[in-house]
Amino acid sequence: MGDSTISVKDKARAEAYAMPLDKINVAQPALFQSGTMWPYFERLRNEDPVHYCAENEFGPYWSITKFDDIMAVDTNHEVFSSEASLGGIGIAGEAGAEDPLRMFIAMDRPRHDVQRKTVSPIVSPANLQTMEPIIRGWAGEILDGLPIGEEFDWVDRVSIELTTSMLATLFDFPFEERRRLTRWSDVVTAIPGHGIVDTLEQKMEEIRECFECFNGLWNERVNAPPKGDLISMLAHGEATRHMEPREYHGNVILLIVGGNDTTRNTITGSVVALNENPDQYQKLRDNPELITSMVSETIRWQTPLAYMRRTALKDIEFQGKQIKKGDKVVMWYVSGNRDETAIDNPDAYIIDRANPRKHISFGFGIHRCVGNRLAELQLTIIWEEILKRFPEIKVVEEPKRTYSSFVKGYENLKVIIPSRY
Amino acid sequence: MAKITYIEHSGKIHEIEVENGLSVMEGAVNNLVPGLDADCGGACACATCHCYVEPEWRAKTGEIGDMEETMLDFAEARQEGSRLSCQIKVSDELDGLVVKLPEAQF
Repeated sequence: MGDSTISVKDKARAEAYAMPLDKINVAQPALFQSGTMWPYFERLRNEDPVHYCAENEFGPYWSITKFDDIMAVDTNHEVFSSEASLGGIGIAGEAGAEDPLRMFIAMDRPRHDVQRKTVSPIVSPANLQTMEPIIRGWAGEILDGLPIGEEFDWVDRVSIELTTSMLATLFDFPFEERRRLTRWSDVVTAIPGHGIVDTLEQKMEEIRECFECFNGLWNERVNAPPKGDLISMLAHGEATRHMEPREYHGNVILLIVGGNDTTRNTITGSVVALNENPDQYQKLRDNPELITSMVSETIRWQTPLAYMRRTALKDIEFQGKQIKKGDKVVMWYVSGNRDETAIDNPDAYIIDRANPRKHISFGFGIHRCVGNRLAELQLTIIWEEILKRFPEIKVVEEPKRTYSSFVKGYENLKVIIPSRY
Repeated sequence: MAKITYIEHSGKIHEIEVENGLSVMEGAVNNLVPGLDADCGGACACATCHCYVEPEWRAKTGEIGDMEETMLDFAEARQEGSRLSCQIKVSDELDGLVVKLPEAQF
């Protein structure tokens, strides 16, 4: 495993530096699946930090690759739009394309603001306090059910189980059916023909089932007194109760993906990172009080969403480049988090680094991740409970990475837990 | 130089001498006052350096800027006197400033 990994990395580096600069297309999902995108981003940061890729399968796009530039774009809401009708937040989106979904992550002000504020109380500090013991209960149950001395898939048994239990509770979704949420989350971001769904038709059919199910939940909640779950909040909220179906569906998808993939992949990423850096794992075992900073460091290191895309609302000169009205502008969080001009020794995983909260994984500005504190809470709790139980979680083979340049994650992670305390 | 008093949500008081030109946020973070995260490092791009300026100091701490207003709009527990501490620049004028910190940064 070791040697071949090194040669793959060397080969990727050689290719990245041999390629004409204007031919670099960092958005290819295959680069992320093989983990070979790093040298391309490194080269762009050094040689052409605001880079134009003219020819590719997604249509021409700009790549913003440095930390401070990403923050500048992310906070310039007047020029850089998230609006779905202009193409939204994914690299493939085109202006004017028929978009069945409307979600507040893909809206500009003021509509974004009122919808976001409708759901944000679910992750208020007071609510997080209520959730803490509940999450700890699941974490304990999940970990106590794991086999000892026997190989299993960490993604399935732990990462998915914890995040899906959380999500089911947030929606007050039937708990026994919670894996449907996992499935829908995977399906929505899946590229047909690459494992999760075979065809676009299958994908649309499964998404339709999701919407039918959530229509049922809406009807149930709208006819009942308001309560604290997300569906009830939307069904009764001033700004959301008259939403059209595609807006309700869009926001459901947003909450399913936002509350699921990201935390799931970061939980898995923590095990990967600590295995690749045994000295850091030892430091964590010796100093469990480092869990908080380890969690932030892992969120940086993993960057569970690799990018967000914006559309320029007008011509603008940015770092010497002429960005034109209508251009796609991709903010590569994954690259900003490895920008050595913003973060010391960024390729290293250091659980007690000086300023671990300085990362760009949550984005900045009005679209900054609304669930960031809940994500941190879940990661913190699972590690507090892991350290109480197991001296080691051992990765036994290279994880299978997701075929996506958006969701930066893992399909599986084979591990073995040799013993428990 | 200005003496700034930071009061944690628990009531714990930190009196710090802060150099002119730094922000109220930097005065806290550089001196390890807990209760401010300042994730974006002072770019007015998150809202994790939220504080409450005491009434008698509100005129002296200046106007809330557009971007600050935008970010404060999404902050948890916004009140009269809410500011992002990275947007308040320290000067002799602010000698004696008192700011309270919220229960949580969000």
